[in-house]
Amino acid sequence: MKEGQVRIPAGCAISGIIDKKGNRFNGTDIVKSIALMHERSNGLGGGFAGYGIYPQYKDFFALHIFYDNNQIKAKTEEFLNEHFEIESAGNIPTRKVPSIKDKPLIWRYFVLPRIYKVRNLNMDEDEFTARCVIRINKEFGGAYVFSSGKNMGAFKGVGYPEDIGDFYMLENYEGYIWTAHGRFPTNTPGWWGGAHPFTMLDWSIVHNGEISSYDANRRFVEMYGYNCSLQTDTEVITYLLDLLVRKHKLPMEKALQVLVAPFWKDIENENSKKAKELKALRTVYSSALINGPFSILIGYEDGLIALNDRIKLRSMVSATKGSKVYFASEESAIRVICPEPENIYHPKGGEPVIVKLEAKQ
Amino acid sequence: MSLNLVSERFEVLRDQNKCIQCQVCVKQCSNEVHIYDKEDNVVLSDNSKCVCCHRCVAMCPTKAIKIIKNRLEFKENANWTGEAIDEIYKQAQTGGMLLSSMGNPKPFPIYWDKILLNASQVTNPSIDPLREPMETKVMIGRKPDKIEYDKNGNITTKIPPQIELNMPIMFSAMSYGSISKNAHEALARAAEKLGILYNTGEGGLHKDFYKYGKNTTVQVASGRFGVHLDYLNAGAAIEIKIGQGAKPGIGGHLPGIKVGPDVSATRMIPEGSDAISPAPHHDIYSIEDLRQLILSLKESTNYTKPVFVKIAAVHNVSAIASGIARAGADAIVIDGFRGGTGAAPTRVRDNVGIPIELALACVDQRLRDEGIRNHISVICAGSIRNSADIVKAIALGADAVYIASAALIAMGCHMCQSCSTGKCNWGIATQNPELVKRLNPDIAYERLINLLTAWNNEIKEMLGGMGINAIDSLRGNRLMLRGIGLNSKELEILGIKHAGE
Repeated sequence: MKEGQVRIPAGCAISGIIDKKGNRFNGTDIVKSIALMHERSNGLGGGFAGYGIYPQYKDFFALHIFYDNNQIKAKTEEFLNEHFEIESAGNIPTRKVPSIKDKPLIWRYFVLPRIYKVRNLNMDEDEFTARCVIRINKEFGGAYVFSSGKNMGAFKGVGYPEDIGDFYMLENYEGYIWTAHGRFPTNTPGWWGGAHPFTMLDWSIVHNGEISSYDANRRFVEMYGYNCSLQTDTEVITYLLDLLVRKHKLPMEKALQVLVAPFWKDIENENSKKAKELKALRTVYSSALINGPFSILIGYEDGLIALNDRIKLRSMVSATKGSKVYFASEESAIRVICPEPENIYHPKGGEPVIVKLEAKQ
Repeated sequence: MSLNLVSERFEVLRDQNKCIQCQVCVKQCSNEVHIYDKEDNVVLSDNSKCVCCHRCVAMCPTKAIKIIKNRLEFKENANWTGEAIDEIYKQAQTGGMLLSSMGNPKPFPIYWDKILLNASQVTNPSIDPLREPMETKVMIGRKPDKIEYDKNGNITTKIPPQIELNMPIMFSAMSYGSISKNAHEALARAAEKLGILYNTGEGGLHKDFYKYGKNTTVQVASGRFGVHLDYLNAGAAIEIKIGQGAKPGIGGHLPGIKVGPDVSATRMIPEGSDAISPAPHHDIYSIEDLRQLILSLKESTNYTKPVFVKIAAVHNVSAIASGIARAGADAIVIDGFRGGTGAAPTRVRDNVGIPIELALACVDQRLRDEGIRNHISVICAGSIRNSADIVKAIALGADAVYIASAALIAMGCHMCQSCSTGKCNWGIATQNPELVKRLNPDIAYERLINLLTAWNNEIKEMLGGMGINAIDSLRGNRLMLRGIGLNSKELEILGIKHAGE
């Protein structure tokens, strides 16, 4: 049994670091932070996302793919060749870690969509790439694209997160945003694709919680051409964000007000212009409200966002130090890499914390 | 005239030791079941007239009366039941169509009772509505596909008119004529107090009730009774009634006996005339005609009010619903075959249409498959009996539900299914002034508020149990449902898994 065949709730630990000035740093700290919360995972999934890690290929989509075997790899590469110009392809380097077993073939491709294909379909490169990724994940059994953004990448697998970090040698990558996830699924899928983060183009999401609105969200987002094949919370949250921000072009702040809509009584207390706006958002996008306990970290090209459910049923702490901002499920996971933070803040339920790169502002 | 062969359906049992011959039952029974024999100082019964409405039972000061099923047996026969035989006797005697009231009473499957709800345990916490906010407000109306902003951060998208309901429940259409003025007053006032809507039905709006317009849906049916510009503008929403679950394919029936001076004035028809609505709207012979009526009603009311279209749940309901969404309706009401009525031909009521649960599930799925679910609100009607039915309806995909039979029961209805006689002893489905005044609108209003407040609290409790704190997150959330004792086809249509899966 793996994700997609059954819906598996999971508890978790998450951690994230961003340098607002865009200074890059290697993956050592993020591994150390998530390792401290070892008890919040159970060895059945761990993963990381880094932004700014491929400066030499920053204009190419970086596809990270798990293959079960060489046959499906050949078949998938045929599809890739047909749709993309492949600038570079190769194994993602890993080192042997005793606890990491049954690893799939892990490949990486830097690609650009074939222009005539994109033009024929009358869509932009992002949409084209997203559709190809969804198609591979849906139709190519045994192949799974787990990362597809530009100048960013996800690294994940079955194991404790610190072992996964070691396995992928994250000390060799430098990024300006890092997020991490340690997983505590409630049964034993043991499938690498099921680990977090979940990504889609530049979006990456790590999530702690179990959303009770899942099927309402899924059936809403699937009306717009998405296919929730993994049946996981992160997958549906990513698609909701992609729909609201990339397709419907809502400003990020507004999109977050859709996902964790203010309570009606709070909307009524706003001034009439604001109340009217919030009411319109909630009326039109009521099916995109995410309900149930969650804390999530959303990485995207402009920065890092932390978000809690409306009544804060999952822990989330933030802290700053210099140009860096830290988030974690537990304060200790921040202090282990930043012993003297400048301020510690507990975001309220439903209060998004958006940290944008200064260069992008 | 030939001998009346129809057997009595009920027996009135009177405990003569308890009876004090006070004759309250004699005065209370509009069907004239109870007769006082002065000579012997005893109260007797004519069982043949009893409809089992329990008025005498409730009013008897010494609790001397019981009504039971007639113990008279026909020879046992699984095919020719007593009911089947009696119905033939009736028709052989009168030559008429059989007439019935209230919803389909036959033992068809009730899917609500074969669906179970979920609750949170450990992996996510249940939410306590006594200690945390819990939202049951819903917005009924057409939603745009997306919201757009201009450069200054102002919304440029125009939001079509929405009805804001404090809970996902409205009172369904019951015309003035089929029910009494006091019943209408209670419904209108309760709707106002609760922050929901009641519905005029197809009988127009009594002049005294225009003041409740903000909480009123005005109905336009094929008979167009009482429809004029002020009427359309009086309500918060307009409903085009194409069909009704109790009698799909035919129009409304109001027997002339119920058409007194007030009903006559409100409906704009002569006193004492039968008000038989045409089976179709004579300006709607196709879906494009419906679009024109929707637009004329919107034009008449300056595009300020949502237009609902109500249809009976029939075999092809999902395709019809898709057409209605594309015709520009703001909400579709789907009325299942157990929905009530003041009067319907028995054969139609008991044999035409499909269960609301299946209709609702396939309509919601069809609208989603076509990517137009957000274009229209879906209102589920046709025998919602309690708050659990509502939670299940919303999880299957409804935005809100209509209740009518339940509201009547709250006001005192005992489901004797004899509304069409106009002799309702509870003052609800009658226009006889002596009977109407038995229904105190102040008390009926309070009972309606009590019922819906209790249901809303129950909905919140069940939502919290599922780890949900806004009803928005329940709508269409079919993972919260499991079937029990259903076959795979039924599960497939309902779009739910079986318990244990």
